[in-house]
Amino acid sequence: MVTLGDYLIVSGILFTIGFAGVMLRRNLIIILMSLELMLNAANLSLVAFSRFHLQPSGLPDYNSQVFVFFVITVAAAEVAVGLAILVALYRTRQTTDVKDITSLKF
Amino acid sequence: MQDDRVSGVWDSMCNPQSAIHCPQSIMSPLLFWTFALLMLVFGVAVVANRNPVASALSLVVSFLGLAALFMSLDAYFIGIIQVLVYAGAVMVLFLFIIMLLDLRAQEGRQISWLALIGGVTVAMVLLAQILYVIHNLKSAQQAFPPLARSTFDDVRNVGLLLFGSYNLPFQIIGVLVLVATIGVVLLSKREPR
Repeated sequence: MVTLGDYLIVSGILFTIGFAGVMLRRNLIIILMSLELMLNAANLSLVAFSRFHLQPSGLPDYNSQVFVFFVITVAAAEVAVGLAILVALYRTRQTTDVKDITSLKF
Repeated sequence: MQDDRVSGVWDSMCNPQSAIHCPQSIMSPLLFWTFALLMLVFGVAVVANRNPVASALSLVVSFLGLAALFMSLDAYFIGIIQVLVYAGAVMVLFLFIIMLLDLRAQEGRQISWLALIGGVTVAMVLLAQILYVIHNLKSAQQAFPPLARSTFDDVRNVGLLLFGSYNLPFQIIGVLVLVATIGVVLLSKREPR
């Protein structure tokens, strides 16, 4: 029997993978992909809670599915803007490595 | 009419006490762990691969596994949106940018072991905290309750909520996407020097 906790644990592990990617990798494209992994981990727990917490009519709670819909939309917009910034950065610096972008470093 | 009658028959058989297999309980443990492992393994591959193209393709497989998990939670609309938006649009965007920038696998860079150990440690601490919270959650040990009906209009219900209670956020999201589009065009335009 699959419980709510199983879905939450899988979601937590996926979030940790994305977090480790943001911490460890220095390529900006990989960092953006890891951000996507973290957003999707949050989506997975939202959908699991939506299925777990049924409405009085016995259907899934659709409020959180609407929220997931918003998260997916915002994530798509975020990727588009992030990759555009990446292209603009590559045009001026010829690098996507965060170690080479230290102008704002204190 | 026919469809209503059939689903009514299913509903009468699908009370929680009956042992008859209900059509909506596709949350079989084998399928769940298969897709969860698929998603997690390819999620690790996204982070661990040195080649950005391999990372992007691993991300596709990871998102497909996640879409299967969404469908196992009876969220068909979200699962299909996941495949369309992530495995379709976002992934093409990533691959297109990788192709455009002509990124090669980073080979020369030395791995900083101190940074690696530090990052893994912080991530493990975060994971331990998440698992602790889930372990102390009372409802985490419970199975999912059965649905009242075997067939339901997923898209219709989400759409009613989206255009009813969430109409204003929906339109704000539309403005956000428009702003993002204009911003991307402005950012990628070559400035005259």
